[in-house]
Amino acid sequence: MLAIIGLSESVHRRNPLVDQPITRSLPLNGSIDTDQQLQSGTILGERYQIERVLGVGGMGAVYLARDKRFTVTKYVAVKEIIAQVGDDAIRRTLVTNFEREANVLATVNHVAIPKIHDFFTFGKRSYLVMQYIEGRNLETILESIEGLLPVQQIVIWGIELCDVLHYLHSHKPEPFVFRDMKPANIIITPENHVMLVDFGIAKEFEAGQKGTMIGTEGYSPPEQYRGEASPQVDIYALGATLHHLLTGINPRDEAPFTFSERPIRQLNPEVPIELENVVNSALQYNAPDRFKDANAMKEALILIARKGGIAYANVGAAAILQDYEIKPLWTFECEDEIRGSATHDDGMIFVGALDNNVYALNGSTGEFVWKFACEGGVVSTPAYHSRTVHFGSEDQRVYAVSAPTGRVVWSYHTDGPIRSSPIIRDRHVFIGSDDGFVHVINAASGRRAVKINGGAAIRSSPYVEDDVLFFGTEDGDIFCAEFGGKVRWRVNAKRAVTSSPRVQDGVVYFGSVDGMLYAIDVKTGWSLWRFRMDRGTISTPWLTEHYAYIGSADRHIYCINLKTSKDVWKFKTDHQVSSSPVLYKDAIYCGSADGNLYCLDAKTGFLRWKFTTRAAIVSTPDIFDDIVYIGSMDHRLYALPT
Amino acid sequence: MADYLKKYLKKRDKTRAKANISDSPTIPTERVGISQDVTKPLSLQPTITRSDQPESRLGVEPPQLLASCAQSAGRQREHNEDSLFLLTTMLVGNGTRFPFGLYIVADGMGGHQHGEVASEIAIRTMVGHVTEQLFSSLFSVDPQPPDLSLREILQNGVYEAHNAILDHTPGGGTTLTTVVIMNNQMAIAHVGDSRVYSVNLSGAMRSLTRDHSLVKRLEELGQITPEEAVFHPQRNVLYRALGQGEPFEPEIITAPTPESGYLLICSDGLWGVVPEKELGMTIKKSKTLSEACQNMVDAANQAGGPDNISAILVRLPDHE
Repeated sequence: MLAIIGLSESVHRRNPLVDQPITRSLPLNGSIDTDQQLQSGTILGERYQIERVLGVGGMGAVYLARDKRFTVTKYVAVKEIIAQVGDDAIRRTLVTNFEREANVLATVNHVAIPKIHDFFTFGKRSYLVMQYIEGRNLETILESIEGLLPVQQIVIWGIELCDVLHYLHSHKPEPFVFRDMKPANIIITPENHVMLVDFGIAKEFEAGQKGTMIGTEGYSPPEQYRGEASPQVDIYALGATLHHLLTGINPRDEAPFTFSERPIRQLNPEVPIELENVVNSALQYNAPDRFKDANAMKEALILIARKGGIAYANVGAAAILQDYEIKPLWTFECEDEIRGSATHDDGMIFVGALDNNVYALNGSTGEFVWKFACEGGVVSTPAYHSRTVHFGSEDQRVYAVSAPTGRVVWSYHTDGPIRSSPIIRDRHVFIGSDDGFVHVINAASGRRAVKINGGAAIRSSPYVEDDVLFFGTEDGDIFCAEFGGKVRWRVNAKRAVTSSPRVQDGVVYFGSVDGMLYAIDVKTGWSLWRFRMDRGTISTPWLTEHYAYIGSADRHIYCINLKTSKDVWKFKTDHQVSSSPVLYKDAIYCGSADGNLYCLDAKTGFLRWKFTTRAAIVSTPDIFDDIVYIGSMDHRLYALPT
Repeated sequence: MADYLKKYLKKRDKTRAKANISDSPTIPTERVGISQDVTKPLSLQPTITRSDQPESRLGVEPPQLLASCAQSAGRQREHNEDSLFLLTTMLVGNGTRFPFGLYIVADGMGGHQHGEVASEIAIRTMVGHVTEQLFSSLFSVDPQPPDLSLREILQNGVYEAHNAILDHTPGGGTTLTTVVIMNNQMAIAHVGDSRVYSVNLSGAMRSLTRDHSLVKRLEELGQITPEEAVFHPQRNVLYRALGQGEPFEPEIITAPTPESGYLLICSDGLWGVVPEKELGMTIKKSKTLSEACQNMVDAANQAGGPDNISAILVRLPDHE
């Protein structure tokens, strides 16, 4: 039995040849008599003087030894295997593994991997001499403490582990897969860095190669049980390790692949949602759904560390932090452009696409849940209400679809394509249509309550407040109408009002293709002020107490002071801004037709980061729980960390 | 520094320090320096039913704007170069309830009667512009929103007033602070160092305008402290005023009217002489708006009355 450096473990490793845990065929202790162990003072190969036993395994032991070649005291770890126990097949396998470990260690060079010094055989005994690692392994640490380890500490270790995995996975000429990531194989040094130990089953990765099940039950992903060993198995096992560290629940005590039944934050409320999302992404059942590589996972963890204000010097990732890129937590690809915005509820994301479908995805993983096919493209942003998703389609219909099942509850016909997004108030759906009407539909029955004539196509979304609604038309009219249909006032902008009105403190704000952001008194319909941009806008203003944020075809994202009606700042993108800005915490998120999603400091307009997609972004970000969901005309929906 | 600023400075170069030390026993106990008969109760004089409890709601139905004013040349000036204007209207009709108010204070400068001419011309021009562009159509049979926004109307009014001063009284200059209240929205167009305060029912004051004065600018830039600003020798120097040659941009703000309380529009002869806290307490303690205005002007005179004093006090309707 292999022992790992420091302490005995690996007892649950399955026998690769007989599908039984090795522990059942080989007793953990006793197969090697204590008198077979090297005695203290024994000198191996005229060089390594045994000091004491560090750990014992099924087929050997690990010793602490002194290297006699040095006059100063230099300790090394000596790992021993005695090829005399068990049947031949097992013995051969274990010897092979031992040699493999030696070969792997001899070819790698990383601060978190012990250095190999020597490898030799005396008769039935083989020895591996390597760097002696002080410290304790994480499983021992976990068992020895009350409660749980600090979350931020786990994040830092996670980053370091990603770093070493990335090193192994991108090793040249051949990448290595560790295949046995778990707390017991991670030693925390006195300097608080991780060391990865036990490379007995690490192996060169060859794409498509199948083998036998190797690894540790509970930490290993499904494909590892089928004998596959891609770098994705290490990502899963790291996810399992982090889950173990964060929750304190040992996955070996649970049925395999049941992490989702033990939601991290339920067990440890101190874990931020982003971290739970990272771990969940790593633990995806299907390998392609996990992080693309260890580096992607590392950067997701770095983002969490940044938020936690961790000293990065410890992480050794300073260089990456300086010019790091935002990496999606997940992406989902449709069959055509996404022009509408996503909406979220109950952990799900709903988004329409020009491929005629509305998709429901798992918000944390991006996993497909269902899709609903219309007969026309969907640019309308779905609205969620009582477990039902409402949206309009260019097939002229408004649909109500059950959020859990994706089955249609009702559909409602208008006489024109629908580009407006529904608003739900008082159990009614308010939505505009190119037929020139705002349709007010009973959300439960799908029957029309009333329709209000706008005289021209209505692509803006109505805004409903108290007993009136506001909407713009493609003829440039903005209406303030009562639910009964009576128009209180109507104001005409010079060009279309596709931007959706927003109301605050008795003032309605909206943009127009005539290049103005208007502020109109709700009671009278009189204009209080207008802010002139260099080109038109279809972007919907985002209002705060003092400011409006809006994009324009003049390529800028503006922040306008509502009192002085002057711009506080403007940020220039490389193309038209049809997307509507969204304020989240202290940042503005907005897409541009230049393909980027921008994150700007809300106060100054300074760029914090941008994320580049492969085509224009005209949709508006949906932000929830520190995740930005943004659709692009490159057909993809991206989930990005804020 | 432009000439007009120097003139303005000279004109108003009596220091408050001087005013404060002239605490002679000759301060009259009766009201002084009332140059215009504007303190008589207006027809819509407020019927504050529990005036000893000013925090209580205004006891008028329907909720409406009420306003009064007071003015004095002060105790050290022969002329009064300040001008002011009040217009309060209310339309109550078929489902309509529309209060409208227009209030202006202008503080002229320039000497040789230029000052009083300039401030009155500015006010007349502004009032004419606003009534024509806004007021007449607002109360027409089929009210059509004007093509221009409220902000643009006010901005144009300021430019017209500026040009009118240049035409009629070259060399004259004035501050011009205009408040328009339309229902629950208000707009303020402001040039110079007159001020608009929002005053809540407990008498707390908050300035809604920014003085276009050199010391205020120095204070904003952190060059001098607010304490230093009070006694700064150039504290009367404006960097923006009407009637002067240089191009300028009026400061215009739009905002919902405060939910209750008052607006105080006044010249620096009031705010520069009587501490804000005292003004607020005076408003709180007075039984009527006219009494409040008069008491504030009196307080400025009692502190020496170094400059012309103008005050307009508007009681805002309580939001429903």
